[in-house]
Amino acid sequence: MLEFKQRHLLGIQNLDVSDIMTIMDTAESLAEISTREVKKVPTLRGKTVVNLFFEPSTRTRSSFELAAKRLSADIINFSQQTSSVVKGETLKDTVLNLEAMNPDAIIIRHSCSGAPYFVSTFCRSHIINAGDGSHEHPTQALLDAFTIRQQKKSFKNLRVVIVGDILHSRVARSNVFLLQKVGAQVTLVGPPPLLPAEFENFGAQISYDLDRALEGADVIMMLRIQKERQEANFFPSIREYRNLYCLTEKRYSLANKDAIIMHPGPINRGVEISSEMADSMKSVILKQVENGISIRMAVLYLLLGGKERETAD
Amino acid sequence: MRLLIKNGRVVDPSSRIDETLDILVDKGKIVDLRAKIDSDNAQVIDASRLVVAPGFIDMHTHLREPGQEDKEDIRTASLAAASGGFTSLCAMPNTQPVNDNRGVTEYIFSEANKRSRVNIFPIAAITKNLKGEELTDMADLVSAGTVAFSDDGKCVQNSLVMRRALEYSNFLQAPIIDHCEDSTLSQDGLMHEGFSSHLFGLKGIPASAEDIMVARDIILAEAANARIHIAHLSTRGAVYLVREAKKRKVKVTAEVTPHHLVLTDSALESYNTNLKVNPPLRGKDDVQALLDAVKDGLIDVFATDHAPHTPEEKDVEFDRAPFGINGLETAVSLLLDKLVGKNIISLPRFIEMISTRPAQILGLKDKGRIAPGADADLTILNLHKEVVVDVHQFLSKSRNNPFHGWKLKGAPTMTIVAGKIVDPWS
Repeated sequence: MLEFKQRHLLGIQNLDVSDIMTIMDTAESLAEISTREVKKVPTLRGKTVVNLFFEPSTRTRSSFELAAKRLSADIINFSQQTSSVVKGETLKDTVLNLEAMNPDAIIIRHSCSGAPYFVSTFCRSHIINAGDGSHEHPTQALLDAFTIRQQKKSFKNLRVVIVGDILHSRVARSNVFLLQKVGAQVTLVGPPPLLPAEFENFGAQISYDLDRALEGADVIMMLRIQKERQEANFFPSIREYRNLYCLTEKRYSLANKDAIIMHPGPINRGVEISSEMADSMKSVILKQVENGISIRMAVLYLLLGGKERETAD
Repeated sequence: MRLLIKNGRVVDPSSRIDETLDILVDKGKIVDLRAKIDSDNAQVIDASRLVVAPGFIDMHTHLREPGQEDKEDIRTASLAAASGGFTSLCAMPNTQPVNDNRGVTEYIFSEANKRSRVNIFPIAAITKNLKGEELTDMADLVSAGTVAFSDDGKCVQNSLVMRRALEYSNFLQAPIIDHCEDSTLSQDGLMHEGFSSHLFGLKGIPASAEDIMVARDIILAEAANARIHIAHLSTRGAVYLVREAKKRKVKVTAEVTPHHLVLTDSALESYNTNLKVNPPLRGKDDVQALLDAVKDGLIDVFATDHAPHTPEEKDVEFDRAPFGINGLETAVSLLLDKLVGKNIISLPRFIEMISTRPAQILGLKDKGRIAPGADADLTILNLHKEVVVDVHQFLSKSRNNPFHGWKLKGAPTMTIVAGKIVDPWS
């Protein structure tokens, strides 16, 4: 087993390049399990993992659930609607009660930025951030990078364009942090109110002109645009957004040959991405979903000390 | 009992005194101030190597009583004040019920008489129930003892209501204090908008939300020839606006809190809810502008914006914690260490900003100065004393202070209110 020194996975910001590579290399070696007839290994047998989701999610939650199950960990799902949170229990009390049941890891998705960090300050369990507010979504960035590496082999001087609601996007943040660390060049694109100039200080280039930004792009990552943003006047209308920022075939032709198309989902067909592009040969959107399981298996394996199990067996 | 304070370095900015003098106190008043006073029948306090200043006045305190006594009450706030070097507190009206009528003002006075160890001066609301719609009975409130008006915590959004408040209160000699925040711009922001807010993914409160209302208030005060006091100034833009207004002789004064002078938005990396405050901790550039404005005399007053909240309220996700820092017991040491100790301002200037100017702005004629006939409210400081902030030792009911563990040099060692030594631990 590769060495991994983190206790929690709270964000990409506190990982170094070797942590990132360790997770990706581990994911690569675990990927094969998901292709077997019997998709299960005993590695995390006897470990308990809690999926604690305070926001609606199908993709990420089921991806973590399958990842845990393929490693034989026991997993329980916990969502806001069915929890005591509706009775006014605080996050801290909810987590302390779950901790009393001796889980090994708590996977948390929360609408408040910093919530996983807050939980980690009073928890024994390993905390895995499955998306916090507008802050970070580390496993998404890891699976995105893993997918990019599969397709492009190296990150060196790779040109990645991330398009959409950058201001509110935890996916964009985690990707910017990760891709900078591994040597790719990131350009962020979106309407100015959703792309504050301060993002330049993250080391990314910013552009309001998608056509120009696509020239020379190797990876095009489209983000979901939410209807509420239009209602809050971040941009005038979906029509205008589509005209400026929808990835169409015509726009795609401006990018480098063999540029790949990515999207963290769920997609709005015909808004930020045309159906032809979402379903095209260059789209790796479903590969991202598939790779998500491998990445989450790797994270669980590295944090929960698969090593001890191996020697015990 | 007469009190004789001997050999202290007496600093009184109102008379430009800064020398070793004795002070004789009788019946709550200062009766003599000379190089050497002898008195047979007086309790003697040896103030050698100590600084004797006119009692400190906090223009901006949230007492939480009536209504939120789980956070703080009049007695505990007064103990925290005495321990922190303050002899007078001005109580913001956002209590439950709101101090928007004579009944609540009289209640505060009557409870303060019974249970407070320092002077309490109520500030009444500008508008009924802080709604920003209808003016309170301002003259009646002044006759009940109100020293100023503020909708603090909220800001009167309707400019016509603010105009009328400034015009109407103009003959009352009680200033309007405004918490300047355009709520359409600040919305449900959590911290200063800038690089740090984007980095931490926390919704921003732009500096423009404050600047616009400071500009509006200055324009309205100038037109009405009325007085406006800007609460807790926090942005470079607001500093610029106040500077320009003072050049034009607009009757504007301004205060700044210790936390806005010593902390920046980057500290929120820890998501520590004790750093969540409104106005938010700003960027480096704003803090530098505030320090420059303190140094060159533009900002009039240091105020704490003491905003106690219970541990349960703060021990939650950052989004869900209330705004506010518990400040009475750390303000003086922070300012002595970080400003006076670093030679950003002189000791007399510090005392002017925390005693003399507040008394002048609020029309407290017998406070904020050391002279025969003035009230015997005194704060004694030891500039050499080193303290380590320990929130668990606070006399306040609450602990929401981000300076826990800080080592600071300079501290209040005694507070005297109306000629009597206040021992808050007794």
